[in-house]
Amino acid sequence: MDFQYFIELFFGGLTRGSIYALIALGYTLVYGIIGLINFAHGEIYMIGAFTALLVAGLLGYLGFPAGGILIVAALAAIVWTSAYGYTMEKIAYKPLRNAPRLSPLISAIGMSTFLQNYVLLAQTPDFVPFPMLLPDIDWLLEKFNYVLGPSDFFILVVSFITMICLMLWIRYTRMGKAMRATAQNRTMAMLLGIDANHIISVTFIVGSALAALGGVLIASHMGQINFGIGFLAGMKAFTAAVLGGIGSVPGAVLGGLTLGLAESFTTGYVAGNYEDVLAFCLLILILIFRPDGILGKHQVQKV
Amino acid sequence: MKRIVHALVAAVWFMVLCSPIMGLQIQPDKSVVFLWKRLAALGVGIFFASLLWQWYFSSQRASVSLRMPAAVTSAIGLFKQKKTRRAGLGILLVFMLLIPFLPVIGSIYQISILISALIYVMLALGLNIVVGLAGQLVLGYAAFYAIGAYTYALLTTYFGFGFWICLPIGGVMTILFGLALGFPVLRLRGDYLAIVTLGFGEIVRLMLLNWVSITGGSHGISNIPKPGLFGIDMDIQQATVYLYYLCVAAVIVAIVIISRLKNSRVGLALQALREDEIASEAMGINLTRVKLAAFALSSAWAGFAGVFFAAKTSFVNPASFTFMESAMMLSMVVLGGMGSITGVTLGALILILVPEYLRAFADYRMLLFGLVMVLMMIFRPQGLITGERRKYHVTALDGKGEAA
Repeated sequence: MDFQYFIELFFGGLTRGSIYALIALGYTLVYGIIGLINFAHGEIYMIGAFTALLVAGLLGYLGFPAGGILIVAALAAIVWTSAYGYTMEKIAYKPLRNAPRLSPLISAIGMSTFLQNYVLLAQTPDFVPFPMLLPDIDWLLEKFNYVLGPSDFFILVVSFITMICLMLWIRYTRMGKAMRATAQNRTMAMLLGIDANHIISVTFIVGSALAALGGVLIASHMGQINFGIGFLAGMKAFTAAVLGGIGSVPGAVLGGLTLGLAESFTTGYVAGNYEDVLAFCLLILILIFRPDGILGKHQVQKV
Repeated sequence: MKRIVHALVAAVWFMVLCSPIMGLQIQPDKSVVFLWKRLAALGVGIFFASLLWQWYFSSQRASVSLRMPAAVTSAIGLFKQKKTRRAGLGILLVFMLLIPFLPVIGSIYQISILISALIYVMLALGLNIVVGLAGQLVLGYAAFYAIGAYTYALLTTYFGFGFWICLPIGGVMTILFGLALGFPVLRLRGDYLAIVTLGFGEIVRLMLLNWVSITGGSHGISNIPKPGLFGIDMDIQQATVYLYYLCVAAVIVAIVIISRLKNSRVGLALQALREDEIASEAMGINLTRVKLAAFALSSAWAGFAGVFFAAKTSFVNPASFTFMESAMMLSMVVLGGMGSITGVTLGALILILVPEYLRAFADYRMLLFGLVMVLMMIFRPQGLITGERRKYHVTALDGKGEAA
């Protein structure tokens, strides 16, 4: 149990956790606004990774310079994935706005199954290698004694900057304010002239963009993707969102990091095979004993 | 005209949206293929779909659900009359029993397809108790199915137990697991319950996958014997036919028991729970007992179905019990009509047999299952066949009530 090993696990967990946090933000934003567990969010993340892969492949084929590929592919992934999120909301959730609570959830499960198989059929059922897009930054890592790989470093930096930007955006812009108002009370927000449909669309777009970013980052970290990666990642991110208190933005970040660290230390010190079991057990335990999470507000049951 | 423009916009939007994933494919040698034809076909499809979508939402049907064709409605109406229903069921039953003797569809392959369809009918009926009647969304139903299948597989490999001992044990095991899951989730409702059951399903699957010393991990357990009949030796054909009859019998038993359950005290309490938890509690329904009953009753059928499944395939591994399986069972219940026994049976048969016989659809089955769930929720949330409520008519003022 040397210190070096501990530090490695710690940073590994932090990397993983920040990806979970990016995806968890999408769950939490949507849940905060329309009270729906967007089951297809994991698939959105998977689509983000796939779009980046395909665009990068295309650019590489056309002989684009290597440095630009990462940025263009990531931007393309973000744009397209946001469009997926927007379209999905319009088709599968908007018509069910006033339906019983379970209807949108079932619709979301259907959407998730649909998107998974859409990618499976349109692309391939096998794992595909993801190109190494991240730049080499060995000179920096030498100082850290290589506890961090280049992709870890990149993931940490990009995701933290993104999360801080998101929090500032929600806190200080008009749109962020409108979002918070809609989350608090949609009817009241509408009475005050906020276009709730617009806000909901924006929420889906922002959530999807974050998921796409997470998808690109993790895919270049792991080196391979397939159509099924969204399910597990989605479940874990959801666990993270619940852990932090669903509906709370700082909660999602906190929950993601906690889950990532917990998983990393379990894999490192206890048993490697059971990290997924740990996540699901954690999810069940939180939902049963503290459904409001760490930072969530307690909700009173209304008749 | 406006609609056509709208549809064109939608078509272009979807073509752009799907252009990377549908239009590009990277070959192993890193070259990129453009698939324009696929995109064009998609655009045409979306154009017409969009016209339909607009027609539906503009004709003020949004509040009224999609009506079925008159022929179907009248057929259902006819079916609802007791006499025709009995005759129809009788004919269906005779037909089901004759199937193994019909040379055309009686081949061993066809019979094994029918067996799996019947197993899914059983699963859908069981899931219908907890989802359709009690309104508790369970997403981990495949876990109970897995527990049933592994109970038989493990007991027969390690202890040499036969099918007939394992069938009730499988049921009891799943009831125990159902109660074990039911107790902690009593306080949860709606979406949280759905997620917890999903987590439960995944935990069961991952345990089966990782506990290699007992379950064989991803290799699973093979050489599970088929059910015997008083020690008579049967070849594979006869054993399959025998298993088929057993499945028919099991489905009939399931239908009888569940339709009796529906109008029993517990069944009515379940339906009250579905409508409004707080109100039903105020009416004196013991929520704890009723919810646990729903979980236990529902999981038992998955256990039986699991035992049948293990006997049918004589091989089990965790890959048969993924979340996709749970989603598929849920889509059967949703398609057929939550709470309706006829509907759910029909839903299971449609979703298993149609992809099986229309080979063109076979690859697209999970895609279509997903689509079915979304579209049913939007256009016909009550399913193909609406669940019947028990109604009371007061025929005369002399206080004679008649149950219908």
